[in-house]
Amino acid sequence: MVDIPAYDVLIVGGGLAGLRAAIAAVSIDPTASVALVSKVYPMRSHTVSAEGGAAAVLREPDSFESHAFDTVKGSDYLADQDVVDVFVREAPLEIIQMEHWGCPWSREPDGTISVRPFGGMTTWRTVFAADKSGFHMLHTIFQTSLQYPQIQRRDEFFVTSLIVEDGRCQGVIGFDMRSGVVEPIAARSVILATGGNGRIFAFTTNGSICTGDGMALAYRAGIGLKDMEFVQFHPTGMPSTGILITEAVRGEGGYLFNAEGERFCGRYVPTKMELGPRDIISRAMVTEFEAGRGFSGIYGNYMHLDVRHLGEEVIDRKLPFMRELGLEYMGIDIVKDPIPVRPVEHYMMGGVDADINGATPMPGLYAAGECANVGFNGANRLGSNSLPECLVFGAAAGRAAVRHAREQPAPTANPIAGMVRDEERRIHQTYLDRTAGHDRIGVIREDLQRAMDGNVGVFRTEEGLREMADALPVLRERLDRARIDDHSRAFNTELVQALELECMLDCADTMVASALARQESRGAHARRDFPERDDERYLAHTLAHRRPGDAPRLEYRPVRIVGFQPQARTY
Amino acid sequence: MTAKTITLSVSRYDPERDEKPSLQSYEVPYRDDMVVLDALNWIKAHADGSVNFRWSCRMGICGSCGMNVNGEPKLGCSAFLRDYLPGPVVVEPLNNFPVLRDLIIDMDSFMEKLRWVKPWIIRQETALGGGENRQTTAQIDQFRQFSMCINCMLCYSACPVIAIEPEFVGPAAIALARRYDLDSRDQAGQERLRTLTGNDAIWDCSFIGECSAVCPKDVDPAKAIQQTKFESTMGMLLPWGGKK
Repeated sequence: MVDIPAYDVLIVGGGLAGLRAAIAAVSIDPTASVALVSKVYPMRSHTVSAEGGAAAVLREPDSFESHAFDTVKGSDYLADQDVVDVFVREAPLEIIQMEHWGCPWSREPDGTISVRPFGGMTTWRTVFAADKSGFHMLHTIFQTSLQYPQIQRRDEFFVTSLIVEDGRCQGVIGFDMRSGVVEPIAARSVILATGGNGRIFAFTTNGSICTGDGMALAYRAGIGLKDMEFVQFHPTGMPSTGILITEAVRGEGGYLFNAEGERFCGRYVPTKMELGPRDIISRAMVTEFEAGRGFSGIYGNYMHLDVRHLGEEVIDRKLPFMRELGLEYMGIDIVKDPIPVRPVEHYMMGGVDADINGATPMPGLYAAGECANVGFNGANRLGSNSLPECLVFGAAAGRAAVRHAREQPAPTANPIAGMVRDEERRIHQTYLDRTAGHDRIGVIREDLQRAMDGNVGVFRTEEGLREMADALPVLRERLDRARIDDHSRAFNTELVQALELECMLDCADTMVASALARQESRGAHARRDFPERDDERYLAHTLAHRRPGDAPRLEYRPVRIVGFQPQARTY
Repeated sequence: MTAKTITLSVSRYDPERDEKPSLQSYEVPYRDDMVVLDALNWIKAHADGSVNFRWSCRMGICGSCGMNVNGEPKLGCSAFLRDYLPGPVVVEPLNNFPVLRDLIIDMDSFMEKLRWVKPWIIRQETALGGGENRQTTAQIDQFRQFSMCINCMLCYSACPVIAIEPEFVGPAAIALARRYDLDSRDQAGQERLRTLTGNDAIWDCSFIGECSAVCPKDVDPAKAIQQTKFESTMGMLLPWGGKK
């Protein structure tokens, strides 16, 4: 057995969670070697599109208990409360850390960090950098990471599988997108921080890179995917493209009007109005559409989001990107015109089964950020909780991974060489060498996306979910017989899209099976045929395990309740 | 009635097969609200899966889809087809970078330049428990525009200096250096300035201003370069230096 060079920690994904993990790892152990592997240059990661801000308890009269309660209630009592407790205590330190690293948080006149109201939060606690919070956080942390020579990047490297040997994760196999050469990267610990999978849907705020790669990698390696039925639909997407109109528009005082000129939120969340949680506002909008009270346009029904009463000065100071997006993509000036919006797929609450330190059940494998499920978001994430989630649990995973690495021997070469040969053969036989085929990858992907929009949306039914469950194997067969136009190795994005589509189909399997089995309505999972929450049967996390050629095997794990007993979720 | 279409001429290059790039034309369905990126995505999904380009957010913030549209550097996601009627629309990779494939450039050189200007806060570390540094909106306004750079490389494509001196650190990296030099929290003193006044840096700039003209985010790198030149000159003339 020959040892091969191995990193202490290998991180897949260079967004906020991955970068935070990398810096955490070298901060507690400056001798640690860290590989940061991403299919894009890190500053392209989808963190960049986050707009509204990051929630944290910064000062009186806010309290940890209040943030924790809002999060648990927002989660419809599916969040693990011990995890929430740690989160609310660490989030403020992470916000201050980002400040020390140079994040241009918006400020009060006295120079302290400003906060704004956000949906489902009982007090003002969302810190922000105008309405480009994710952009500034990502560039700040990426640029900060450049000062650590221990963090070695492999930009535009696409990971296709995990190296699992002796029951532990010892690295990844993938290919350099420029050369197409398949190679291993060995490591004592691996952290998955690959983000979400919103591109499974047609109408989504997510960028094209959000294809659930890390979730699929873990799933294929035998790790359960947790709570995959819980998909967040954001109430305010641009009707044509799905570009996100931030919740901060409502946080700053924007109104939602139906076609009858009514602030309809009053009938659904009277105490919160426009600042109800996302799941409830999205359902309210769809319900209004079905009652005939929406506007109609070429992209279907929509509502008006109105900030005209805020005035140009506030809009330019707090929401300049929204004005820019309106002018650019809708030809409207939000200072003078209401913004057309409709609910849009936005965020995956589910993810790789991981504990409070990001540890998965497999030794050496960790997960953080949107691709993970550490039990924090439950059935509905509150807006502005995901950026601090990336920081708190990214850092936790980085620290845990480096500690684990210290106790591990180096990976050995022999089995890895064989795995690389197998992976090389699989990619060639399945895609690059295929000469005959039928549908293009893009067409199959569009059919998946449209079917998911239709059947796994804001409201679900047994019938629609069964239809989707039947459609998935057919889509997979079509992928097996897909037409491949590009047989080159150099920067073959058709190959990347095919492999991403495999990941999306794996994720979709778990989402549909988990949604079918959960015969209740909780948080973002709304079943028309089971409209009530059922704590007797379903106060539990769903875990979906892969069974090749068959629907996933499901099991349930009780929610950890520490202080807040489940009660009716009204606002 | 036939549906409206528009022709895209796309630069194709495969290092495994082609000596040099050539244009390939595609007929694409046209809608008024379509951008060049939409047209490329339509081609890849429906006409030719082998066309390669980078993209992600399609909202002008991730910086992936810089490309030349009819010879001008643009973000593909914000170049509307309606501005190029009746076509054809010529789509090529950005200038001044090696081409890896079709519209995809190799921008590793920028990543090295970025690191070289130390784009991070240089400051004696303080405990997090001490809370945030105070910073007023007026202080943020000093550097705000330079912090808006999305690293899309349009300015490098437009820069006449990069075209003849590839080692020139370039507009975006200098703007980001300036972003930190102007940040009230930064204590780098002359550290970045010394780097920027050395070889391949600010004195190479001939102040054409193309970088600022093409920036899709209204960053003004030319101003950053001028400010740095001024500060450096003051530093040479005045005994106490030009830096804050």
